[in-house]
Amino acid sequence: MKTKLWLLAGAAVAMALAHGCKPKGAQSALSGDAASKVYIAPGQHDEFYNIISGGFNGQMSVVGLPSGRVFKILPVFSVHPENGWGFSEESKPMLNTSHGFVPWDDLHHIAISTTNAEHDARWAFGNANNTPRIARVDLTTFKTVEIIEIPNSGGNHSSPFITENTEYVVAGTRFSVPTGDEANRDVPIDTYKENFRGTISFISVDKDHGDMEIAFQLEAPPFNFDLARAGKKKSHGWFFFSTYNTEMAHTLLEVNASQKDKDFIMAVNWKKAEEYIKQGKGKKVKAKYAHNKWSEDTHMATSVIKDEVLSLDPRELKDIIYFIPCPKSPHGTDTDPTGEYIVGSGKLAAIIPVFSFTKMLKAIENQDFEGSVDGMPVLRYESVLHGEVEKPGLGPLHTEFDGRGNAYTSFFVSSEVVKWNIETLQVLDRVPTYYSVGHLMIPGGPTGKPHGKYLVAYNKITKDRYLPTGPELAHSAQLYDISGDKMQLLLDFPTIGEPHYAEAFPASLIKDKQVKFYPLEKNNHPRVLKGINDARVEREGNKVHVYMTTIRSNFRPDNIEGIRVGDEVYFHVTNLEQDWDVPHGFAVKGANTAELLVMPGETSTLKWVPDRVGVFPFYCTDFCSALHQEMQGYIRVSPAGSNVPLKYSTGVAE
Amino acid sequence: MKNISSVNRILIAICAALMISAYFTPLWQISLWAPQYPEGLNMKIWIDRLSGDVDIINGVNHYIGMKHIGVEMFPEFTYLIYIFGFIIGFGFLAAIIGKRWSLYAFFAMIALLGIGVLVDMYLWGYDYGHNLDPTAAIKVPGMAYQPPLVGYKELLNFLAYSGPDTGGWILAVAGSVMLYAVITEILKSKKEKVLA
Repeated sequence: MKTKLWLLAGAAVAMALAHGCKPKGAQSALSGDAASKVYIAPGQHDEFYNIISGGFNGQMSVVGLPSGRVFKILPVFSVHPENGWGFSEESKPMLNTSHGFVPWDDLHHIAISTTNAEHDARWAFGNANNTPRIARVDLTTFKTVEIIEIPNSGGNHSSPFITENTEYVVAGTRFSVPTGDEANRDVPIDTYKENFRGTISFISVDKDHGDMEIAFQLEAPPFNFDLARAGKKKSHGWFFFSTYNTEMAHTLLEVNASQKDKDFIMAVNWKKAEEYIKQGKGKKVKAKYAHNKWSEDTHMATSVIKDEVLSLDPRELKDIIYFIPCPKSPHGTDTDPTGEYIVGSGKLAAIIPVFSFTKMLKAIENQDFEGSVDGMPVLRYESVLHGEVEKPGLGPLHTEFDGRGNAYTSFFVSSEVVKWNIETLQVLDRVPTYYSVGHLMIPGGPTGKPHGKYLVAYNKITKDRYLPTGPELAHSAQLYDISGDKMQLLLDFPTIGEPHYAEAFPASLIKDKQVKFYPLEKNNHPRVLKGINDARVEREGNKVHVYMTTIRSNFRPDNIEGIRVGDEVYFHVTNLEQDWDVPHGFAVKGANTAELLVMPGETSTLKWVPDRVGVFPFYCTDFCSALHQEMQGYIRVSPAGSNVPLKYSTGVAE
Repeated sequence: MKNISSVNRILIAICAALMISAYFTPLWQISLWAPQYPEGLNMKIWIDRLSGDVDIINGVNHYIGMKHIGVEMFPEFTYLIYIFGFIIGFGFLAAIIGKRWSLYAFFAMIALLGIGVLVDMYLWGYDYGHNLDPTAAIKVPGMAYQPPLVGYKELLNFLAYSGPDTGGWILAVAGSVMLYAVITEILKSKKEKVLA
């Protein structure tokens, strides 16, 4: 009787307090000293560079951690009017593809170069998801210096993941597509299983200069390849790709690709592939793709169209590919810092499976297979499994590591980050995210040496986090302190574009290696001017070449006459400054391109086709000096066929 | 005249040798700091040339109409190497001769060289700082931009410093050592006179 009363009373109290017990918002998650942990005093620098993919804006952003401040938007696959990327004559070839000029892409993942499985931060790689490409950014200039197109690919999503010494960058296709000659590619879509292939490209990276080449392509089964991670340390020589749609459906994948209880993680022995290539087992196949390189010597890009790739068929060349069953529609496949554990994240699975590399090798040795796909062995799940994390959360996507034996997995559906122990598989802590986290990132997290101090969650939905800006809200990143037992939210900061993956590394790796200006004497641009005395204008038929110099605070020449309507006018602008942080801009009225932003010691070219008679002003757009507003000039445009003589001058009239 | 002590003979030779450093190290430096140049701009003056951020300094200074600093501005560069060569040669000779007059003469040469260089620098600085381009963009009434001869001076938004660089300090040491040698010899000669 008494017990019953107490229960009733308890229930009443619980009901009364129910409203008050509603989980509180983020404010309560903050403790008093969070602000001081992310405060970078004026004059101080952040501890880490965070290179963040821009998703649908095709760019990367450079952010400082722990402050969350944006330092730069770095154009990669998208034209960028701010600095003329893709608009200047020199940079246009960088966005060339076998489809012609493609001025946009969808940049999902970042990979920072490594040596011995540790960041060396020489280059940042990014993938173009839509028109498959891989870009390399030089981290001494923060400039995209190379873009290589990936043939036989559609939806370059499982990319650009790298091996521990940056030997290879991979590009796994999301969409399987028909490959080969034109006749082979014109096939009914419902012959998917027979005619479609899921190619995986291994792109070699020159260890000294970073130059990329497509070393070989693996013709994998027509699955969808989602993400990847290289083995490291003990598993160096292997690569792991997550797959979905192993059902090989070609329509309504929401239903048809979610049927099987388990899809696969595809383990690729790339050392074995190299052996086959040495033995001459690969075959050259026709494939058209663009390879674009930027030269810091000539300050211009060149684009070369290539016509074949080396292809390996793992159905014939055994021991390259093994399949690890993984529940259920795996998204992330992440190797821990030791290289022993491979964490699969079935985005529809209720557990997180953790596989053991040692067990995998043993299962291969014992031929412990439960089936095969096109002759490629499927390993027995139980034989490869280290264990399963029970009840981790809903919708696991990605896992990063702190280097202290802990893993951190993002959960999209339940909007949280969960910390768990890799050995014991025990859940240790969980924190909410605001909201719907996709990727997460720990500085050095994908390497063999994580800096387990911070974790950043990149969220898809912002809702009430910032001042609203119409129907479209900023995406949100959240910084957590993970140095203690419990994760602690420190900071919200908005991001640019739709960030997917990001990597971070200590600022000290690169901050003293930054290029401050380009030495003018080393500028080998064919239209360079080495001094103001060379400034001139030359006519070649209907093309007019303006050789122009900029220095604080004038253009030479600044008065040009004799241009006619319909002429193609090329402004070859050389910035003569030899000082850090003194770019000059160049913009001309009515130009159908963008401005130029010319770095000190650089030459850049803007094409302008005047469409009407008049006198057109041009000016410097980058506030360069006290006399910046005076940095301007005029071009007189006369009617087509007029005989106004070509004339140019600076500073003689008055 | 009397012979000098063997210690002083050795010191003369050492100082003559030290002066050779003038050919391999910068002698003088001029530095500028401003809010937008926190890292500073540094110009080094060698025996026959300039190095450092000369172009940037020129870029900054043209607003106030200062002349373009270049090698052509300094005729001294063409003959200074010979003056140094002569003095160094004389120094070694003085060590061999080992007479007081040779020490005094050597010291006098160094002292005159030092004074000459400073006077020359002052005159150059005066001209550079006062003789401005009348069409310059920025004119501050009554303002001159003469750099400090030695030490610090504020010039508009810049803090300017002028002082010896590596080679200059080595020469200063050589001069001081010679001064020491001269003083010891003078004291000794006085003592001799008293005894005599």
